[in-house]
Amino acid sequence: MRWHRLAAIARKEVIQILRDRRSLFIVVIMPVVLMFLFGYGVSLDLKRIPVCVYDREGSQQSRNLLHRFQGSDYFAVVKAVDNYPELVRAIDTGRCYVGIIIPHDFSQRLATGGPAHVQAVVDATDDNTANLVLGYTEAVVRGFGQEVQLDWLQRKGFAGSGPPLSVESRTWYNENLESQAFIVPGVVAIVMAVIGTFLTSLTIAREWERGTMEQLISTPVTPLEVMAGKLLPYFAIGMFDTALCTSVAIAWFRVPFRGQAVTLFASSALFLVVVLSLGFFFSVVGKSQLAANQASLVTTFLPAFLLSGFLFAIEQMPVPIQIFTRIVPARYYVSLLKDVFLKGSTLGQLRPELFALAVFALALATLATRIFQKRLG
Amino acid sequence: MFARLFQMLIKEFLQVFRDKRTRFVLIGPPTIQMLIFGYAATYEIHNVSLAVLDFDHTQESRELISRFSSSPYFEVTATPEDRHQLAAHLDRGEAVLGIQLHAGFAQRLRKGETASVQVLVDATNSNTALLALGYVNQIAEEFARGYQSDRLARVAPLLAAQAPSIVLDRRPWFNPDLRSQWFFVPGVLGSLTLVIVTLLTAFAVVREREIGTLEQIMVSPIRPAEFILGKTLPFFLIGLADVILIGVLGTLWFGIPFRGSLAVLLAGTMLFLTCMVGVGLFISTVSATQQQAMVTAFFFTMPAITFSGFGFPIHSMPEALQLLTYLDPLRYFLIVLRGSYLKGVGLAELWPQMAAMAAIGTVMLTVSVFRFHKSLD
Repeated sequence: MRWHRLAAIARKEVIQILRDRRSLFIVVIMPVVLMFLFGYGVSLDLKRIPVCVYDREGSQQSRNLLHRFQGSDYFAVVKAVDNYPELVRAIDTGRCYVGIIIPHDFSQRLATGGPAHVQAVVDATDDNTANLVLGYTEAVVRGFGQEVQLDWLQRKGFAGSGPPLSVESRTWYNENLESQAFIVPGVVAIVMAVIGTFLTSLTIAREWERGTMEQLISTPVTPLEVMAGKLLPYFAIGMFDTALCTSVAIAWFRVPFRGQAVTLFASSALFLVVVLSLGFFFSVVGKSQLAANQASLVTTFLPAFLLSGFLFAIEQMPVPIQIFTRIVPARYYVSLLKDVFLKGSTLGQLRPELFALAVFALALATLATRIFQKRLG
Repeated sequence: MFARLFQMLIKEFLQVFRDKRTRFVLIGPPTIQMLIFGYAATYEIHNVSLAVLDFDHTQESRELISRFSSSPYFEVTATPEDRHQLAAHLDRGEAVLGIQLHAGFAQRLRKGETASVQVLVDATNSNTALLALGYVNQIAEEFARGYQSDRLARVAPLLAAQAPSIVLDRRPWFNPDLRSQWFFVPGVLGSLTLVIVTLLTAFAVVREREIGTLEQIMVSPIRPAEFILGKTLPFFLIGLADVILIGVLGTLWFGIPFRGSLAVLLAGTMLFLTCMVGVGLFISTVSATQQQAMVTAFFFTMPAITFSGFGFPIHSMPEALQLLTYLDPLRYFLIVLRGSYLKGVGLAELWPQMAAMAAIGTVMLTVSVFRFHKSLD
């Protein structure tokens, strides 16, 4: 390996990149666009869920309960109906997510004892929203029920009755329970996976397709020099993109950054080597830009999105899939990013993840070089 | 005209199915993605790791803890000795949830005072944290309710029978077990169709242009209208076949119920495919090379899927973005899909979606046919 030849290849690549304005534009603009796209588009926080109420009693107490829903930030009472079919229709057409039904004997039941049943009909097509909505509904109804009961007990002279239990919850690392805080750092990983894919399919596969690879090989450069020289500029662009994405995450989306820059830098560099080597590998094997791109999308983007813990918690997947995620490099990178951002973990604490990424980087880079050499030989 | 159109169709189908890679693209990735999504994309939580710190060591505290450990949502994975250990478990990610019961827990309960349960949550994944907190509250509430009524029954048996209480009856419709699979599988069907049909249509035209065979076809007696029809109809049909294939597979493999009308779903699918063919054709008119077509298609498919309500509720997006989703054909198709699969609703509820897709399809096709004509001159 000669440094000046490597530098020459790198220089050629830089000139090519600078000349291809469209690709350059993509490489710089795409990360920012994707950050905004996912940062805003992928959110699981619920506010003002449309509610339809069906108050079959219309008493003071039933109205008091419904007022609680109106007062909550999580709900927006958008429809009040006076018959059941209309409530069904509101849910069927998707106008409302929740239907609250108060029975005709609500206040009577409360007066004579025994439980009064309030029904919450939830559109559970989207199971997660339904689950959260049920939790919020439960909280509203529980709060109201407790108050009614305590009130009654006190009136009966049953002194000193507070609710038996109070749950005091502290949320750590993401104090306001905002989904953006955990999604946005993960988006950085997704963006890097996509960029890596695009970068390499723009470089090597194009060279094969145009037949200029043969010209390159007939010069005295060695395959290793070609590979390193070609990937070096893209590595620089990738690192620039990481910095760009991280800045957007911190400055625009206000995700707390509690760790050290060096940890972020080290893990991003390792992950970039993984992604670029993988892309390089596919463009050597696939030989056509299209095939290379398809293959890298399927092997980098989809796993990064689905199997990395970016959005869906890995511990909740079936065991075979959990095991499979261990060979998804993005899994380690996403975990590193979240820990660095939210937990403020240090290099020492993150050794296992960094080690795993390093192993992937080394293995894939070696594999890509081998295949490349074989292909040329 | 039909004879010539027929010839075009045969040519297109031959071209698609002769290429081994394209053949694979039509069946392989959709199947794999359907399976991975079906298993990996889950918001449900089961066996969330829980660390328990019990300073009280009484019958009451053990009773409450056993309610957690016997719940399907939690699994006690650690019993630390002090607060530092508890915190360390959370820091290292070994427990998502920590529960702490102070000394005097049972004593306060017995005296009728409020005993506190301290809950620490690793909220890195805010969604998991929210759901887990919901279940914690539910379990604590059940415990408190039971304890309260037992105590009343002992102290004042007469009062106990009359004490008012409110019970929430949960009615999650359409997906009673709140399964993520039921939500995602119909969604994958829609998004896969979007990707496949747009890409294939865009590439089919661009390839001819890139290879230079477009001119050859233009000098043949085929008229532009026939050419466009011949270029789009095959992908329309392939898309339809893919929907049926993935639909049947998803339904049988994952056991997703189909409660609506096949005719309505078929009509919706055709309207959606019209939109997608229009988009594909449009992309082909703005791209000179396959590489450009790929990038352009990527910039369309990414936001189209993200903003469709595929996995992230539209309701949670910023309002400006919510307005944007009305332009997304996939948004409407997903409502038709989930309506037909899970809700079992028909044209009476789904006609607005159908109308929207018809409108978008007409506009898209008109614009792209117009542009296409111009690009030929």
